[in-house]
Amino acid sequence: MSIPETLKTEWKCRIQQSDHPRELVVDVLLAIQGQIGYVDDQALREAADWLQVDPLEIEEIATFYTFIYREPVGRYVIHLCDSVICWLGGYDALRNHLCRKLGIALGGTTADGLFTLLPVCCIGYCDRSPAMLINGKVYGPLTEETLDRILSELRVAASDKEL
Amino acid sequence: MVPQVLFQNRKPDRITTLAEYQAGGGYSALSQVLTRQDPKGLQTLIDEALLLGRGGAAFPMGRKLATVADDAPHPRYLVCNADEMEPGTFKDRVLIHADPHQLIEGMLLAAYAIGADKGLIFIRPEYEGAARILEREIGLAREAGFLGANILGSGVAFDMVVHRSGGRYICGEATAQLNALEGKRPNPRKPPPYPTEKGLWGMPTVTQNVETLCCLPHIVNNGADWFKSLALTSGAAGTKIYQISGKVNRPGCYELPMGIKLSRIIEEYAGGMPAGSTFKACLPGGASTRFMTKDHYDIEMDIDTLRNAGHRLGTAAIMVFDDKTCLVAATVNLITFFARESCGWCTPCREGLPYILDILQRIENGQGQERHIGMLESMARHLWKAYCAFAPGAASPLESLLTYFGDEVRAHITEKKCPFGGREAT
Repeated sequence: MSIPETLKTEWKCRIQQSDHPRELVVDVLLAIQGQIGYVDDQALREAADWLQVDPLEIEEIATFYTFIYREPVGRYVIHLCDSVICWLGGYDALRNHLCRKLGIALGGTTADGLFTLLPVCCIGYCDRSPAMLINGKVYGPLTEETLDRILSELRVAASDKEL
Repeated sequence: MVPQVLFQNRKPDRITTLAEYQAGGGYSALSQVLTRQDPKGLQTLIDEALLLGRGGAAFPMGRKLATVADDAPHPRYLVCNADEMEPGTFKDRVLIHADPHQLIEGMLLAAYAIGADKGLIFIRPEYEGAARILEREIGLAREAGFLGANILGSGVAFDMVVHRSGGRYICGEATAQLNALEGKRPNPRKPPPYPTEKGLWGMPTVTQNVETLCCLPHIVNNGADWFKSLALTSGAAGTKIYQISGKVNRPGCYELPMGIKLSRIIEEYAGGMPAGSTFKACLPGGASTRFMTKDHYDIEMDIDTLRNAGHRLGTAAIMVFDDKTCLVAATVNLITFFARESCGWCTPCREGLPYILDILQRIENGQGQERHIGMLESMARHLWKAYCAFAPGAASPLESLLTYFGDEVRAHITEKKCPFGGREAT
């Protein structure tokens, strides 16, 4: 997927204005991802070109961070917290439930391209554990019933957008 | 009701606006120092207030500020660490959502004390809501004259930006955070030079945690003696935002006097433990602190008391485990976290943690042997040879598991199974 020209112009301008262009690397990658879903090889080279940084260095940053995706993801990326408080609150059962409902393993994407299920460490919502993030929104405390409801709501939202 | 200082403006469902913050005396500390106090005087005040860093390391803030030399070059940077990735910790998020201008004013005061030119708030991606609040409120503070080239007509210049992380635990480590801010792979740096001499972009840089910075307006307004009087234990100072989670009825963030007893936090504020559960252990300050046992149930939760007992208050993220929870399994979870989040830069951490995880999993699965305990003990010691504080932090729950719950670990080995019936918690 190609990067829109408007995005390119906007970021090239911001990079030019920065005293230290390199500090924008995560912002650039997140902005590209926001447009095309993930950072593919072409986008990675593009970001390297804008920032005048070796693509290999961009690669080691892109692959380092949890919230930068180097592979295609679904429309909704589910980050299910697996750290100790959520584990104590029943993470294992919730993960199994999600995998069963979505028909994917942890790390997988549903065939319709709607959901990707990824692990994440403590998201800082232990007061609402067990918790998860979907496209930046926090859900919790979760039960199997609330998970079912959230999934069907998102399915409806996705089909509404397509109409 | 105990005194609410940092949470005095906290509302159930929304932030405190700039007007509301000002109506409660907000930004009066800033105008006071700009007109009546020199930076050195402010440093002394912070030092006398015994304000220790609230991000986990408990370093005295006044002493850190004093390490920025008077003739240090400009630009000087102030970094606010809002990364908050220590498991169990969520106070900075609550503080930002409750009262963003308290943090902005705190940063202004810290900046004034070291002559900083620019502030950066480093924030994790899970807190995008907080990042947006801060960006909006920083803009409003700028319009009101609290930020910019000539703050309140004083001639002092300072401004700040929000820097978004891509999300990784090591970014909370102050020197790794500097690399992250510079757009490099966030490996830790090895001092010297210390960041206060050569930090961000090679310039003098002071990093402080959100909660620590939020204390500053109140110290300036009310004085060092008042701040010290807030604590229940001698030698301690201030209130503390205790976060409590796990097997309690009301998990959450509670602002309580520093030094309050653990038992009171659990019973009076967190609503006690669920019916049928009894206290077995807790991690007092995040995943990188040592397990405390029933023997510590009445301990006074301040930095020195815990240190003297061989523990660390860390971020004061209290995670409570009950008698039905297998602590070997809990430690497997904790070490899984550390093994995955290790930045991989140095060998003891990169190689040691998966090794420990493998042995612990064998024990949990009923395939453990007596000799594994000695292997775990020696590998926990090796973790102290790592490049930064990450691996020694990871060793803390493991070492304390072996020290305090050795019988439980051995029961897994002799019974050839988990006495609690497997890994899954409920």
